[in-house]
Amino acid sequence: MNTAVTLATARRILTQLRHDHRTVALMIVLPSVLLILLRYMFNSELAFSRAAPALLGVFPFSIMFIVTSITTLRERTTTTLERLMTMPIGKLDLLLGYALAFGALAVVQVTVAMTVSLTWLGLDIAGSAVLLGVVAVLDALLGMALGLFASAFARTEFQAVQFMPAVVMPQVLLCGLFITRDAMTPVLRWVSDVLPLSYAVDALTQVTMSSTVDATLLRNLLVVGGCAVLALVLGAVTLPRRTP
Amino acid sequence: MTEPAVRVSGLRVRRGGRVVLHDISLDVPPAEVTGFIGPSGCGKSTLMRAIVGVQIVQSGTITVLGHPAGSAPLRTMIGYATQAPSVYADLTVTEALRYFAAVLRAPAGDVRRVIDEVGLADHATALVGELSGGQRTRASLAVALLGTPRLLVLDEPTVGLDPVLRDDLWALFRTLVDGGVTLLVSSHVMDEAARCDNLVLMRDGRILADAPPAALLAETGTPDLERAFLHLIRTTEVTL
Repeated sequence: MNTAVTLATARRILTQLRHDHRTVALMIVLPSVLLILLRYMFNSELAFSRAAPALLGVFPFSIMFIVTSITTLRERTTTTLERLMTMPIGKLDLLLGYALAFGALAVVQVTVAMTVSLTWLGLDIAGSAVLLGVVAVLDALLGMALGLFASAFARTEFQAVQFMPAVVMPQVLLCGLFITRDAMTPVLRWVSDVLPLSYAVDALTQVTMSSTVDATLLRNLLVVGGCAVLALVLGAVTLPRRTP
Repeated sequence: MTEPAVRVSGLRVRRGGRVVLHDISLDVPPAEVTGFIGPSGCGKSTLMRAIVGVQIVQSGTITVLGHPAGSAPLRTMIGYATQAPSVYADLTVTEALRYFAAVLRAPAGDVRRVIDEVGLADHATALVGELSGGQRTRASLAVALLGTPRLLVLDEPTVGLDPVLRDDLWALFRTLVDGGVTLLVSSHVMDEAARCDNLVLMRDGRILADAPPAALLAETGTPDLERAFLHLIRTTEVTL
């Protein structure tokens, strides 16, 4: 592990993004636009306040998943990865560089989406806004880490894009957004128990409904963070220096 | 007798169910230019990938500068340029080089130096993706020159370049070799071959000949390398 190389990697990715204004604009604005759409679809602040917290996590989660899996796949297909693998860079240095860069972007993305929701859209939360933001950023980081890991299994852009419905959608369907997880049939309830997004949405819901920080909330946050770290480490393990 | 810079023995590589290198053995002498010459698909790039340690190999051993190929100590000693230019297209030339320099822990002045060496000073602030093919090749070559590599592995480094630039680059290669750097270049054109100190002629994953250009001409009794290559192909086919 080398901090200087990790930081250089993060800076490089942010510089790449800086040259791509449209991608940055989409990443920052998209979750907010979707939340605005949701608010006026319900046409009720109450209904919006029930659904919005979960989506505040789900939107950044999905967007980060797509963006990172495409970015890393591009690094593979343009052989810059092959070149890096002949250089003194640890695989974890590279992935942590990605995590830092996209984590910084996630903070901006979530801050904008939350500001829009709490002011303009009338989202009403009982807990702390900062804590809600932390959980949402953690969700974005989870999406990013899963995206990095999933890209290892994609050979083409077509495959990478389809990992999004394959990996993200089942988690969205089973996270408790549409019906509460307790009401699901036992089998689906078990599946939802092993999907990390369920814990993320539980945490978001709890922060919205009460201001107490209890053991359940901490456990949920730990699960989400743990899964993100695990996906990063697995991503590093499955990133080969040698290829066929 | 000096130690070879690279020693390959019994190297066998299979890609996609097809054997692309059949039990190859060769020694690359230090501080000289060795050219891997052969038609596209003959295994040149695979051999280079194996030497820099990014190719999965079936059997055989490769020792590079006294270390097993791909091992950690080699990662600051080898400069590698892939055939397709491998530089971030969405960064400027300077930004991309600055990143690779940071990874290699190369001194700060290196970025400027290598940009001048490959003649890209006028394009230092241009996005790599907006450069011409030849300029992008040079940007990719510049990355390989960062730091103080003792072995340069350059896959088709001068393809598509203006003849004047190509001449300048060969002059640079000579300076590096005079300073003790070992150079491995690949090419599918014979006029590049004449500039090398040693030639490794390859075809269908096998080495047909491994000798200096003059020795090849003498051995085959041919007036130029193109014909020497043809002569070798025909005589090997007869003996097979």
